[in-house]
Amino acid sequence: MHIKEEAIERHTLAVIVDNEPGILARIAGLFTARGYNISSLTVSEISDDDLISRITIVTFASAPVMEQIIAQLERLVPVHKVVDLTTKGEHVERELALVKVVGTGDHRIEALRLAEVYRARVVDATISSFVFEVTGTTDKIDKFVELMREVGLVEVARTGIVAISRGREAA
Amino acid sequence: MTEKSGADILIEALTDLGVEVVFGYPGGAVLPIYDALFKQDRIKHILVRHEQAATHAAEGYARSTGKPGVVLVTSGPGATNAITGITDALMDSIPMVVITGQVPTALIGTDAFQEADTVGITRHCTKHNYLVKRPELLGATIHEAFHIATSGRPGPVVIDIPKDVQVATARYEAPGPIQHKTYRPQTEPEAAKIQEAVDMLAAAERPVFYTGGGVINSGPEATRLLRELAALTGAPVTSTLMGLGALPASSDQWLGMLGMHGTYEANMAMNQADLIIAVGSRFDDRVTGRLDAFAPNSRKVHIDIDRSSVNKNVRVDLPIIADCARALDAMVESWKQRGHPKPDLGEWWSRIQGWRARRCLDFPEGGETIMPQRSIRALYEATKHRAPIITTEVGQHQMWAAQHFGFEAPNKWLTSGGLGTMGYGLPAAIGAQLGNPDALVIDIAGEASIQMNIQELATATQYRLPVKIFILNNEYMGMVRQWQELTYQSRYSESYSDALPDFVKLAEAYGWKGIRIEKRSELEDGIQAMLDHDGPVLVDCRVAKLANCFPMIPSGAAHTEMLLQASEVSGEMDDEAKALV
Repeated sequence: MHIKEEAIERHTLAVIVDNEPGILARIAGLFTARGYNISSLTVSEISDDDLISRITIVTFASAPVMEQIIAQLERLVPVHKVVDLTTKGEHVERELALVKVVGTGDHRIEALRLAEVYRARVVDATISSFVFEVTGTTDKIDKFVELMREVGLVEVARTGIVAISRGREAA
Repeated sequence: MTEKSGADILIEALTDLGVEVVFGYPGGAVLPIYDALFKQDRIKHILVRHEQAATHAAEGYARSTGKPGVVLVTSGPGATNAITGITDALMDSIPMVVITGQVPTALIGTDAFQEADTVGITRHCTKHNYLVKRPELLGATIHEAFHIATSGRPGPVVIDIPKDVQVATARYEAPGPIQHKTYRPQTEPEAAKIQEAVDMLAAAERPVFYTGGGVINSGPEATRLLRELAALTGAPVTSTLMGLGALPASSDQWLGMLGMHGTYEANMAMNQADLIIAVGSRFDDRVTGRLDAFAPNSRKVHIDIDRSSVNKNVRVDLPIIADCARALDAMVESWKQRGHPKPDLGEWWSRIQGWRARRCLDFPEGGETIMPQRSIRALYEATKHRAPIITTEVGQHQMWAAQHFGFEAPNKWLTSGGLGTMGYGLPAAIGAQLGNPDALVIDIAGEASIQMNIQELATATQYRLPVKIFILNNEYMGMVRQWQELTYQSRYSESYSDALPDFVKLAEAYGWKGIRIEKRSELEDGIQAMLDHDGPVLVDCRVAKLANCFPMIPSGAAHTEMLLQASEVSGEMDDEAKALV
């Protein structure tokens, strides 16, 4: 017997929630309990009074499952709203990475040159190392990290994706 | 305004919310609450013998009265023992509020004695839950918890209260109507969709109503309106296990239950329908059978208060998010307003009569062996004039009861549908009896299930509750044995109920009356003896050991592939079917 799999696509969700204890566990738990996938999850307070948080979730799902994910999220008591940025129209996605590279000589010069191409900033430097800060789409960061492997990459920290719709309307 | 202890705030809030009965079990982390209970007489506390039973008793109380069930248990094992019943209430949408004690706030996270992460553990099996760390938040939280448990799609809500919060003081004032900032269930249907549904119904040649527990949960008005709409349209009605009683079983339009052990006519009507109106039902796998063969030529309207129930298992053509009663009311109004005549469904009904003529619930019998179906029918005949409340455990007896006991009204049939919890029936009967002191309450049980909460015999004795238990004793976990016969060539792995107690002596040991029925000729008299006794009675009814529950749609089969009798059983299944539940 074989277990069937369905065609899936990538969706970016903005989930606006009450910033209460356990909310992240509630959301993450819903995904694991119902067998949904989380590719990236970013959470931060977004209101003046710190009472509201925005959770950006990137998930891969078939269309029917996507409909369920949204309905299930909306059912959670502390959830204000759920917006599927992928289907709602154009949106901007950004991710930030801190990339530590160790090396001397040609490797060090090449790392700096590539950083310039990718508009990465040097936020820490020693005689034999750099920490670069780079922002952009996930693809861009993937490529930058890939290049850094060639010139002495030792460590990467990434934020996960934040996203917002284009245009003047709020989601 | 003077300050009160958290425990007193809890009692006062519960009183303000109209709570009359709490099912519970004391322990270290709820001692302040039990002391507050001791000092008042407005709320009655029912001491169960195991916390799981407290939750099922609360479910039985809730489902038979329409009011929320309330549970009070201690921290750690008290809370973990309650998990099964909480999950059961979630699956069957039962309004329930569970108050759990917790270790003092300063000890949370230290692996203190009887500490468990109750909010963590119950996050997945509640509609919502709270850990209240400050006494000034307690009153509002309790009111909010009841609002969430009882509105929208009902469900269980847990409030975890650390012991120091029960002792510390704060002010309490009953809040006004709750306007929750995020939780706003949609109860009113969209008018345009109602009109569309009504027009579809008027134009349908082969319509069928498929109703579920949501109609019962919505309240008596939903049942009344369903009956009115059924009468206006003349369409046949079938219900899920949880929906029995919405249409009277004596109605000409009643097809019986649908699904895995539903009637031939109900499942064939679903399969052949051109329009299905699903009301408060959720296209559960027990109902649909193989999804790609489910009602292939029908359009589907789905009325449900929970958006996530729509398009979960089956794609529907017209979803209507609303409370069942509100949607049915709007449909009845719209039907009348648009002046639709009663459709001529003569051809559809003649096909249904053809399916009915198969008499799918008939069973072979003879001699002195009691067929389990016969015992249910005899129980029904002997009690129907008293409109009894029937609870069940889980297994063959449950399905036979659903098939052979006729329900004329809602809130009379209490069973664990979604979770399928053995041990549900006796505590549920206790809860139902407390909520309906004058009603005849009978737990139809199996000899295996009844042992899962047998300790509750003592609870009934203590509170002088005249509940009856009617055990269909076939010495097997019958449904497991039936599946093993169908799927595993009768290799009866661990499904024999060995070392059974003498149920009559057991009943007597707990202060109950015990009756044994062993022969067909004793059946009616035995049932009458049970009914004539004004206290609790346990009946050990010995039934045919190897009877199977038919009709049956095997796992992974279509509605049209129903097995009607034992001769159609092959004794083997392929791996695809074996992997299904």
